[in-house]
Amino acid sequence: MPDELAVPDEPTRPLDEGALRALVPRVLAALVRRGEDFDAAEDALQEALLDALRVWPANPPRDPRAWLATVATRRLVDVRRSEAARYRREEATRAQPHPSTTEEGDDTLFLLFCCCHPDLAPASQVALTLRAVGGLTTREIAAAFFVPEATMAQRISRAKRALAGRRLDRPGDLAVVLRVLYLVYTAGHAGRVDLAAEAIRLTRQLALATPEPEAHGLLALMLLNHARLPARLDDDGRIVTLDQQDRGRWDTREIAEGVRVLQSALAAGRPGRYQIQAAVAALHDDAPTAQETDWPQVLAWYDDLVALTDDPVRQDPAAVLGRAVAVGHVLGAAAGLRETDRLREVLGDRHRWHAVRAHLHELGGDPLAAAAAYAEAAHRATDVAERDHLVRRAARARAAGENSPFPGPVARG
Amino acid sequence: MPKYLILKHYRGGPTPHHPFPPMDQWAPQDVEAHFAFLRHVAELLEKNGEFVDAQALTPTQTWVRYGGPDAAPVTTDGPLPETSDLVAGWYLVDVDSYERAVEIAAYVSSEPGPGGEPLYEWMDVREVMSHTPADD
Repeated sequence: MPDELAVPDEPTRPLDEGALRALVPRVLAALVRRGEDFDAAEDALQEALLDALRVWPANPPRDPRAWLATVATRRLVDVRRSEAARYRREEATRAQPHPSTTEEGDDTLFLLFCCCHPDLAPASQVALTLRAVGGLTTREIAAAFFVPEATMAQRISRAKRALAGRRLDRPGDLAVVLRVLYLVYTAGHAGRVDLAAEAIRLTRQLALATPEPEAHGLLALMLLNHARLPARLDDDGRIVTLDQQDRGRWDTREIAEGVRVLQSALAAGRPGRYQIQAAVAALHDDAPTAQETDWPQVLAWYDDLVALTDDPVRQDPAAVLGRAVAVGHVLGAAAGLRETDRLREVLGDRHRWHAVRAHLHELGGDPLAAAAAYAEAAHRATDVAERDHLVRRAARARAAGENSPFPGPVARG
Repeated sequence: MPKYLILKHYRGGPTPHHPFPPMDQWAPQDVEAHFAFLRHVAELLEKNGEFVDAQALTPTQTWVRYGGPDAAPVTTDGPLPETSDLVAGWYLVDVDSYERAVEIAAYVSSEPGPGGEPLYEWMDVREVMSHTPADD
């Protein structure tokens, strides 16, 4: 065992897991750069991490990064020995890590490119990123996605096997990395692990490593949405829509940071989809009340967003749908509904399309049409909280549209 | 302890004891009372140490079979898509006895509907086979 452990009477201190996990990409990048196989190095580091979680609370090391590197290296050596390979035994004696000369940011970027390799499926990219860059354990990642630990372990090792033989020394596709990080963010915070917070942490690291404005735009988008999280559910776990939220519960510190990050990104003069979506989020965050939302500005940003693709209805229907809401607020509900008509073929079977139309019917003062559309949306929802929310909206819209609170004779029984 | 799956259905099963309209046509306060009752059931089962799992299913159903060599899978939405059984979700409970599973199912079935009256919804109770043969 490393000599750092030989401190017998040290009082137990709470383990700073965040600090521990921040070391993971740095140690792993150093191992891979030294010529270790990515798969084996990542496994070895994961085991070292589990050791650290067990051992450090009672025996904190003097140099946590060196401890992880040493233990991971020894694991690698043990693996090679057990494979009856003696030929690199000298590695055991040079288990002391050499101080890394590379920047922390380079390590993060390098590993994100490895984990978000375009040949991997999105679910594998996400899992591998959370483990190799985020430093989460397989058990934590499995819990976050509500699958058995063995299933997640298998997904991760298959992903790593798929990377074997790929060249990992060239810059990858930043657009894929951004998409993977956004996937992690939207996977949410329902499980024991707050994936939204984890995505922000990783994107923050990425933003330190690259000046690319879209990376900063993505960070801003996450911060500006995450700021509203405390107001998104009420005490009974019910969804509260943006226009009904208690804006006093929004995280003003996160909003301020998001706006700052967004402004510096936009200053580069190369707006992309994440910067534009962040600008929309900033306008919502900036409004003291829902009624004071600057809808013409929101619409202007959506115009830019749909202009990014040649055929937005097919290539980016979500942007066209978001724009339809803005059109409804600026030009009237009927104009908004006409915009959604263009999407019927592409999104007509999705709950969000019906929910947006329901909202526009409400805006236009037609609660019965809204009730019918909310019911259609509820029927197609794939999330329990959203389904319940849509059923509630349907019931409330119907009640508002009828003189009597109950429709048919069967209702009372 | 035996495990039981208590299934809720969108449709199918015995003739409804007490027909009721779809929930989006209930009074808003009745909808709230219904959801509150279901939250209470989940909390109660957890508190009793009987809860294993609860899931809800979307109402879209696809029947699939092998299409044969070099052929795509064959899919259909069923022989009588409007009237066949359609599972809506379940509670999986780990309980002392069959009687306790029936008791829980009946309690779920007392969930409030329009006007706060019980729904009397039919529940489908199924024992889950165990993986540990008896020792005798």
